[in-house]
Amino acid sequence: MIKILAPVLATGLICSMGVHAAEVSYGFTLDAKYSDYREDPEEYELPGFGLGGEAGLDEKGFSINHSEFSMQIDAEHLTAKLTTIIEEEDNHYDVELEELYLESVGLGNGITLRAGQYFAGVGYLNRQHPHSWDFADAPLAYRAFWGRQYIDRGMRINWVAPTDLFVELGLDALNGGKYPSGSHSWNGVDAHVLYANFGDDIDESQSWQAGISYYTANVDDRQSGGHQHGGGDEDEEIPNFSGDSDVVGLNLVYKWAPDGNYRNRNFKLQTELFLRDEDGDVVLKGSDPLETTTYRGKQEGLYVQGVYQFKPQWRAGMRFDFLTSDNKGSDAEILEEASLDDEGINPKRWSAMLDYAPTEMSRIRLQFNRDESYEREDNQILLQFVISLGAHGAHTF
Amino acid sequence: MHIHSRLFHFIGLIFFIAFSQPTFAKLSVLACEPEWAALVTEIGGKHVQVFSATTARQDPHQIQARPSLIAKARRADMIACSGAGLEAGWLPVLLKKSANPKIQTGNPGHFLATDHVQLLGKITDDVTNIHAAGNPHVHFDPVRVLSIATALANTLETIDADNKGVYRMNLERFKASWDIAMQEWKQSAKALAGRSVIVHHDSWIYLIKWLEIEQIATLEPKHGVPPSSGYLADLLNLVKTQPVDMIIRSGYEDERPSQWLSEKSGIPVVSIPFSVSDYQTPGELRKWMDTVIAKLLQGKD
Repeated sequence: MIKILAPVLATGLICSMGVHAAEVSYGFTLDAKYSDYREDPEEYELPGFGLGGEAGLDEKGFSINHSEFSMQIDAEHLTAKLTTIIEEEDNHYDVELEELYLESVGLGNGITLRAGQYFAGVGYLNRQHPHSWDFADAPLAYRAFWGRQYIDRGMRINWVAPTDLFVELGLDALNGGKYPSGSHSWNGVDAHVLYANFGDDIDESQSWQAGISYYTANVDDRQSGGHQHGGGDEDEEIPNFSGDSDVVGLNLVYKWAPDGNYRNRNFKLQTELFLRDEDGDVVLKGSDPLETTTYRGKQEGLYVQGVYQFKPQWRAGMRFDFLTSDNKGSDAEILEEASLDDEGINPKRWSAMLDYAPTEMSRIRLQFNRDESYEREDNQILLQFVISLGAHGAHTF
Repeated sequence: MHIHSRLFHFIGLIFFIAFSQPTFAKLSVLACEPEWAALVTEIGGKHVQVFSATTARQDPHQIQARPSLIAKARRADMIACSGAGLEAGWLPVLLKKSANPKIQTGNPGHFLATDHVQLLGKITDDVTNIHAAGNPHVHFDPVRVLSIATALANTLETIDADNKGVYRMNLERFKASWDIAMQEWKQSAKALAGRSVIVHHDSWIYLIKWLEIEQIATLEPKHGVPPSSGYLADLLNLVKTQPVDMIIRSGYEDERPSQWLSEKSGIPVVSIPFSVSDYQTPGELRKWMDTVIAKLLQGKD
């Protein structure tokens, strides 16, 4: 109840700030999915990576996970944005706060300030709502490193340089209370993200954007899913990581359309690479006597995808995912139980999708994954239907 | 003492040069579409530097909020756009990311052409809100363009009062030549009055109203949705019972639906450039409208 009440109260507060000539817009997005896997989604894992947040697969069958209701208030110098999403857990649905932040508008000198809860500035896809992604599920790297997406509470300063080449620099100072920064925050600001984005046009038909982000956090008690041995849940031991975590992200987006006219045909190439370096201890909470090991993790995640709109309304896309890890610690057995042993596997996945937009506000997508993430290779079929009603924000590049 | 005061003067001068807006600098204008860039060239003349975010070969509804455009918006003194939701998919990103106070809504540098004329084609019962404010393609009506030119001159005068006289003079010159041109267009387009057309997208209501042409149908069953084969077959049946003189589409639209209908029915297709191709040279708006009328006249025969 408090979970729902808090955003409502906060929004009420924003409204009652009495900003004149404020414009309020509402939007609703239904993200309906039908998922079919050969393997049990409960068994899902990425060897070498302790999964947390929402890294898992959606349930088999129908789901409306991550459908959202959003509200935006545009005042003269300030924008307030609220997004609530539907989260499914153990067969019941919860309405959860996804974003709630205030942002400055037209502050001058290229500076924008933001405060609240929002998508952190890591990577490229992290800054977008999942329903505007080009595939029905997250890249493996996002599952492995960010628990699907990294949202946290904090403040941001963003600066756009007064140059012909697009140069954007930013800093997020974050609580570090959410995966992958930890399960709670002790010190106030436990995570920082520094990012820089660059971009330009090559000619009338081609444009690009490149980004680099650096995430660094003092992680306290980050919970993740362990490696299940087929046993019951009664004596479950939950791996907890505490220590330093650094992730470097590199991303590149390239877009092409004949004459720069995106209406009929266009192509988008997108790739991201994440490099993670972690140093600390892993404790198996719930073990008796308490099992603990030092942990030094080096992990890499990459995806490359291309989407081609070959005629109005129709697009086809391919994606390739790859993960690799090299984790060490004083007790290899505990690392294995914490799912931090790669079991000699480098998770891989091939995806293909075809989508059709019956109207400008809706899209139907069929996706096939050949998932070689773990020893049980899986064929996955996803059918997704997204429809947006009311205001839906303009799209970033 | 004497040296100190000189030094202070010198430092003061440096700061003055570094931070004051030199009056001789050109106004930087980011136009969303080339027609408004061309109009800015007409009125602003030598005192403005204008860049168009799109070309006549691009569908202005579907433009990417490209990094290069954010960089342009960051340093612009003014934007000149259509408004009425035409740029809703991309302009808000440019405005917000630029953090540029001059071009935000409510400031003089936020110039929207559709704010200054009455709009046709208001849709009120559409959940998607597209074109809820009215049809934004006002540059096809020379009478409205004249009102917009006046509003644009007023805006330039507000932003850059030092060159007020120049903008006023340029406006008067533009008005005079546009008035003559309008008479010529009306005269030569007389043969078009009463003709009936099918259009690809609902972008032409201002043009056909001005030329007294009748619009029978659109190739798009809904805003932005290409026709299905069933819908095209219905249109083919329609043109059998109702005479249609031509099918109009813009240069950026898919040619296949109009070609198909043309081949089956024998009705000619007229592809019309949606805007000017050169916005840096004065007189291009007039040349472009000459072309539009000429293409329509060719199509009718």
